[in-house]
Amino acid sequence: MAKYSLKINGKTQQVDVDPSTPILWVLRDHLNMPGTKFGCGMAQCGACTIHLDGNATRSCVLPVSAIGKSAITTIEGLSENGTHPVQKAWLEHDVAQCGYCQSGQIMSATALLKSNPKPTDEDIDNAMSGNICRCGTYLRIKEAIKTAANTSNAK
Amino acid sequence: MKNIKSQSRRDFLRSSALAGGGLMLSFNLFAGGQRSAAKTAEKITALNLAETWSELAAYIKITPDNIIKILVPNPEFGQNVMTSLPMMVAEELDCDWKNVVVEMSTHDNVKYGPQFTGGSNSMRMYWKPLRNAGAAARQMLIEAAAQTWGVSASEISTKAGVLSHSSGKTAKYGEMAAKAATIAVPKDVKLKAPKDFSIIRNSKKNSEGTKVVTGKPLFGIDYRVDGMLIAMIQHPPAFGMKLKSFDATAAKKMAGIKDIFSFKLYDDSFEQGGFDTRTHNEMIAIVGNSTWEVMNARKNLNIQWEAAGDVKETMSGRGGKIEKIVPGRLETTANQLELMAEFAKKPSKELRKDGDPQTAFKNAAQIIERTYNAPFLAHNTMEPMNFFAHVQEDKALVAGPQQAPGWSEPTLSKILNLPADKIEIQMTRMGGGFGRRAYAQYMYEAARISQKMKAPVKLIYTREDDMTYGIYRPMYTATYRAALDANKNLIGFHVTGGGIPENPIHANRFPAGAVDNYLADGWEIPSNITIGAFRAPRSNFNAAAEQSFLDEVAEAMGKDPIQMRLDLLKRAKENPVGKNNDYDASRYIGVLELLKEKSGWGKPENAGKKRGVAAYFCHASYAGHVVDMVMRDGQPYVEKVTSAVDCGVVINPDAARNMVQGAVVDGIGQSFYGELTHTDGVPDQNNFHNYRMIRHNEAPKRIDVHFVENDIDPTGLGEPPFPPVFGAVANALFKTTGKRYYNQPFMSEQSKS
Repeated sequence: MAKYSLKINGKTQQVDVDPSTPILWVLRDHLNMPGTKFGCGMAQCGACTIHLDGNATRSCVLPVSAIGKSAITTIEGLSENGTHPVQKAWLEHDVAQCGYCQSGQIMSATALLKSNPKPTDEDIDNAMSGNICRCGTYLRIKEAIKTAANTSNAK
Repeated sequence: MKNIKSQSRRDFLRSSALAGGGLMLSFNLFAGGQRSAAKTAEKITALNLAETWSELAAYIKITPDNIIKILVPNPEFGQNVMTSLPMMVAEELDCDWKNVVVEMSTHDNVKYGPQFTGGSNSMRMYWKPLRNAGAAARQMLIEAAAQTWGVSASEISTKAGVLSHSSGKTAKYGEMAAKAATIAVPKDVKLKAPKDFSIIRNSKKNSEGTKVVTGKPLFGIDYRVDGMLIAMIQHPPAFGMKLKSFDATAAKKMAGIKDIFSFKLYDDSFEQGGFDTRTHNEMIAIVGNSTWEVMNARKNLNIQWEAAGDVKETMSGRGGKIEKIVPGRLETTANQLELMAEFAKKPSKELRKDGDPQTAFKNAAQIIERTYNAPFLAHNTMEPMNFFAHVQEDKALVAGPQQAPGWSEPTLSKILNLPADKIEIQMTRMGGGFGRRAYAQYMYEAARISQKMKAPVKLIYTREDDMTYGIYRPMYTATYRAALDANKNLIGFHVTGGGIPENPIHANRFPAGAVDNYLADGWEIPSNITIGAFRAPRSNFNAAAEQSFLDEVAEAMGKDPIQMRLDLLKRAKENPVGKNNDYDASRYIGVLELLKEKSGWGKPENAGKKRGVAAYFCHASYAGHVVDMVMRDGQPYVEKVTSAVDCGVVINPDAARNMVQGAVVDGIGQSFYGELTHTDGVPDQNNFHNYRMIRHNEAPKRIDVHFVENDIDPTGLGEPPFPPVFGAVANALFKTTGKRYYNQPFMSEQSKS
């Protein structure tokens, strides 16, 4: 076990866990932040996507010991009530079916728009193909990303 | 099972006052029946549900401050019942949708009936009961206002949750709710005519949308209580293997580990009910403080497995107790295919015969014969199987993702030796279901582990557990034969199909009823690989095979594929062959005609497109697609899809479109890539690196969804648009590549060509 001080959604949180523990399980089990989802455990489905210093990162394969001083943002950190432009776009297009993958989809989309505010369809394809949606809501995800991109404060 | 009492008609509706004032209306929507939940469950499988309920209750609560709470009886797995079911109540209640708060109900088969999500049944099963509930509440509110104002009820109208009298008096529902609670419940209520709908047929946003996009703990895997332990199970690595012995000494010493033990899912004498499954009966539970610690300890187990051999299972269901032998064979895909080919040559069970097919084929000028194969499919819900359980001496609480809690409760009661009324099942939102969560062995496992640990436990499957310990879509094959006379008329049709371990044939569906000489037969190969419902069971294979075959027959007949279907359906409509034809030929024709129009089928501007068409009937609905395919980077790619669906009244149109679009994407993905194979009983795929799922860049650019507009009571939607995608994709592949695709997944076939 080792102690870590983690910067998560602008707050510093202390945990005492095995250094190999993926940050996904630190969030879910130790910090009671279940918005970040477990899907595959091998960075193949994207359900666990968080931001590490603003970049989309699969938290299921990222050990807590590798975080260092990097800032973590989770779905809970985007906004509490769904007011972030990407969340709003998701609601406008009523994207979700079961909804399980959508935290990860939204985190991937938000990171994309941060680095590329006006993505083309191809840019979206490239950025979003790591996130599986078993319900098949991909078309609405794409539309929501375009809507968010057109919202001036989408960053 | 809870005590189910017979209800008389006078118990149809009951009202009571809410603490703090306000109205609570409870409904026993189907009074008079005596059926148990289990019997109802059997009927559900027969898709015959609305008539069979013993009781069902729903609640509307209206508070003085005008909040209208509507409870949803059926568990949510992405079909959006959390929105569409309350819309039915709100429509007849005539309230303002903005004031509606939606909540998942508790599990209670007495109050709510079977509470089953599956079989594309939710809209069908609640269409009348929930509208009756809303209409009755509205009438009571009117009566309360009439008494308060001293006027006749007939002079009071309602609009958007406001009661109005011609004198100018108005009141919000909340103001009259307490009084309404004292009013006798009306015996007969009048329902709105479809032309007067103002909520139904008007798209409403997902009532849980904000919770989803903000990552709120909605799902079973998010469930948590203080002092909860985490458990995982290690199941045998292969179908047909069992636990021999294990040594957990080292693993038990690891940090955070509470216990490691083996346990049996069922006792040896257990008689399985209709929806119980037993993939493996003895497993190892690893229990600890946190998921990662449990995962790590699991890797340190030293386990010996051995061949299970043939296993005798006792099933007790409809038709009494039966015993069956589950073969111990360790299956390998190549051998499965050989075995199926061998069985296909043997005489099989006749399922339907019209006319004289033997003579028709003997006299045929041309016979077309094609064989189609499809593999096992894993459901791969994004939320892996999991369940929370807290089993105590005299009671148990379980919570998690379950499509059919009413079916699992009797089994849980037997396993725990607790009366059903001491078991509480909480239904969480499900991260996908697709049929997988109609089976509840993961709930029973969690309960077994909690009982042993005497502690609250959440069982979690890893993706590998989920994929290799599944209740799969069976492996199927079917051979279709068509007899044409010298004038290219279809004079005979024969389908013979089988599978491991289930045959796929729906003998009474199209083109049965449209061909004079028709034969359907089937066979089955027993297996230890556990199977179950998968989005439109059997249909999802039949539509692929049959619709692909019809395309080829149309070609041989020199006919346009839509026209050929329309001609056959015209025959089935005007002069049907045989009895018991499942489908309504008029609605089938309607969908094809809408599809033809909306896709611009046969129009000169679409002449250069590589298009495939298919349509299918299942779950009382009709759906068809035109798939436009191109070659992209050397691979076939579905660029655009036009869909037409007849599911009766569409309650929430935008959500319904979402469902159809999802079914199209799912259908393309499964037909292109979906495949679970085996080597010596071991599944060859165990996670998303080797089980290919359709991804964002592979989805079509556009899917246009069109509904047939009619006032027919709603029929299914979750499943019906899925099966015909497979056929339309196969037919578009032929146009794109010049080659017919007979074996799924199509992209494996593509890579071999």
